[in-house]
Amino acid sequence: MKKNSITEPRTSHTFDAYTNSEIRRAAETGIYDIRGGGSKRNLPNFDDLLFLGASISRYPLEGYRESCNTKVILGDRFSSNPLNLEIPITIAGMSFGALSAQAKEALGRGASLVGTSTTTGDGGMTKEERGHSKQLVYQLLPSRYGMNPDDLRKADAIEIVVGQGAKPGGGGMLLGQKINDRVAEMRTLPKGIDQRSPCRHPDWTGPDDMEIKILELREITGWKVPIFVKVAGSRPYYDVALAAKSGADVVVVDGMQGGTAATQEVFIENVGMPTLACVRPAVRALQELGLHRKVQLIISGGIRNGADVAKALALGADAVSIGSAALIALGDNDPRYQKDYEKLGTTAGSFDDWHEGLDPAGITTQDKKLAKRLDPKLGGRRLANYLNVMTMEAQTIARACGKNDLRNLEPEDLCALTVESAAMAGVPLAGTNWIPGT
Amino acid sequence: MNILDFNKLSLRDINKVLQESDKNSFFSIRNPKGSHALAVGINKQITVKVIGSVGYYCAGMNKFSDIKVEGSAGPGLGENMMSGNIHVTGDVSQYAGASGHGGSILVEGNASSRCGISMKGVDIIVKGNVGHMSAFMAQKGNLVIFGNAGHALGDSIYEANIYVAGEVASLGADCIEKKMTKKHLSKLENILSNANVSDYNLDTFRRFGSARSLYNFNVDNAKIY
Repeated sequence: MKKNSITEPRTSHTFDAYTNSEIRRAAETGIYDIRGGGSKRNLPNFDDLLFLGASISRYPLEGYRESCNTKVILGDRFSSNPLNLEIPITIAGMSFGALSAQAKEALGRGASLVGTSTTTGDGGMTKEERGHSKQLVYQLLPSRYGMNPDDLRKADAIEIVVGQGAKPGGGGMLLGQKINDRVAEMRTLPKGIDQRSPCRHPDWTGPDDMEIKILELREITGWKVPIFVKVAGSRPYYDVALAAKSGADVVVVDGMQGGTAATQEVFIENVGMPTLACVRPAVRALQELGLHRKVQLIISGGIRNGADVAKALALGADAVSIGSAALIALGDNDPRYQKDYEKLGTTAGSFDDWHEGLDPAGITTQDKKLAKRLDPKLGGRRLANYLNVMTMEAQTIARACGKNDLRNLEPEDLCALTVESAAMAGVPLAGTNWIPGT
Repeated sequence: MNILDFNKLSLRDINKVLQESDKNSFFSIRNPKGSHALAVGINKQITVKVIGSVGYYCAGMNKFSDIKVEGSAGPGLGENMMSGNIHVTGDVSQYAGASGHGGSILVEGNASSRCGISMKGVDIIVKGNVGHMSAFMAQKGNLVIFGNAGHALGDSIYEANIYVAGEVASLGADCIEKKMTKKHLSKLENILSNANVSDYNLDTFRRFGSARSLYNFNVDNAKIY
C-alpha cells in the first residue's frame, strides 16, 4: 500500500519551545519564574543607530593626537562637593547580598582605578566597598535595609531609588538561600527567609514629598554631596521632569535591559521601555526646564561597549551606568565554568538564576567556597581594563565625528537603521531626512 | 539654654548649630511654623525642645539626642532614627518612626497611617489611636498603642511586637494575636517605664506579631501575596 507523503513537523511561533517549557515548569511548581538580569528580548537598541563620521562637511580629530575629553562632573546643581569622574561610565547599584563581598570589592577597585564611581545597593554599605571605592554613591531604597546616618555621611553622593529598569513599579527580592548571617544582620531580618523589599518608600509618595525628602537628606549631609534620583524607564519625560523639579542634582534613567538581582521573568520582559526609547524624552524634559547639562542625566540598561556610551551621550546623556556588563567583566557567565553551569541546567552565557546563590563564578553568591573563586584584585583589574576600553572606543568615535569632548556628540551625528529606532531616538532613518513622529 | 528662633535664623542655620553643638547642650527652638526637616541628623547627646508644631521628617535619622515637640508633627517623624528619644505632645501624621532602628518615640496624641512602617528596632508608644497599615513590614522593635488601631495592622510583619490596649479594626496578612507571656508583660513595662509613661494598666494590652507563614514562598499562600 502506497504511503502518503507526510509534512514536516511544524513548530508554533506562539507556543515555541521556551514557552512550552515555561508552561510545564509553572504547572509543576506553581511558582512564577524568578531570575536575575534584564530583558533578554530582541529589543530596539543602540545597535540600531550608526554614527555618520566626518567627511568634507565635518572634519575629524586626529586619533591619539588630538585630545578628546572624557571627564564629567555630576551633581554641581546644589551640592558643594560634586563627583568629578574621569570617565562618563559609572558602576550601577548592586547590593551586598545579591553580590558577594569579593564582587563588591572588585567593583570598587576597578572603578577607582579608572576614576569613576560605584554604587551600593539594597542592604547597606559594606566596609569592603567603602574601603575600595574612591567615589561611592549610597542608595536610599524603599526597604531602608542597612540605612544609617553614619554611612550616609561617608557617602560621596546619595541616590534615591524610585525604580529600576528591570521592574518599574516593583520591589526587590532576595531569596532565603542568600540570607546568611551577615546579610541578615545588615538587613535586620531572620536568617534564611525570603526577603521582599517594598516597591514604595516608607515615608513619602509623589514628587512634592520627594522634594522634602531631598531637603532632609541635604540637611543631614550639610548640602555637601549630590543627590541622585534613579527612575525606571517607563515614563521618562514626566519622571525626569518631576525628579528635576523636586531638586535632584542628577537623574538616572534605567531602561528595561537593566539588570536586577532577582524578580519575576514576566516582570522583566513585559514592563518598562527599552533604554533607547528613554533617552530623548528624558533629555527633552530637562531641555524644556532649562536644566539640560545643569541636572546631569545618567542612562543605564544594557550598555555594553564604547559605541553604546557614545550613542547615549550623543542623544543627550551626560554619563552612562553599567551593571550586568561589569559583572561579565568580573567573570560572570564565563565559558571556563561551562561544566558547572551545565550542572545547574544552564550554559555559560545563559545563567541567570542569580537568586539561588550557586553562581559558579562566585559573584552572585554568599557561598564562601564559590565566592573565593573571584579574586577581588584581579577582578578589579579586569573591570578597569574593560572601562578603559569602553572609554577609548567612545573617544575613537567622537574624534571621528570631530568632537574634542564626548559630550559634544549630538543627535546630528547619528542615523538610524530601522523606522522604530529612528522614531525612538529621534534621528533620521539612514539615507533620509525622515524622523518618524516629527 | 540656647534659644534658636526661626524668626531670626534659617533652617540651615538651626540644623547646623544643632549638628555641630557640644555634647549635653540644651536648645529651645521657637517659632518652627511647621518647618520640614528640623533637627535632622543629630549625632550626639543633646536636648532639643521645639515649641510649636513641625512639618515633615522632624528628628529624622536621630542618634543619641532627646527631642521634644510641644505641638504636633508632620509625616515621617523620627524616620530611620538610630537611638535617642523623641516626644511629641500632640498628634503625628503618617509614617511616624518609619524604618527606625532604635531609640524611642512617644506620641501623646494620635498617629496617622503607617505608623512604624518597616521599623527595625525602634520602640514607638502612641497614647491615642493609630491609622491603617501601621507596623507594615515591621522587622524589629515594639509598637505600643493605648487607643485603637486601624485596618491591616501589622501587615507582612516580621519580628516586631505590637501591643494594643484598644480595638483593632483588622489585622494585615500574616499578623496574628499572640499570647501575652510574663516575659512580654515585663518587656512592655520596661518600654513604658523607659519612656516615663506611668498611667497604664498592663492587663488591658493584647500582643500581636508574625505568624511567620509568609517567610518563605509557598504557592498555597498565593491568595495572600
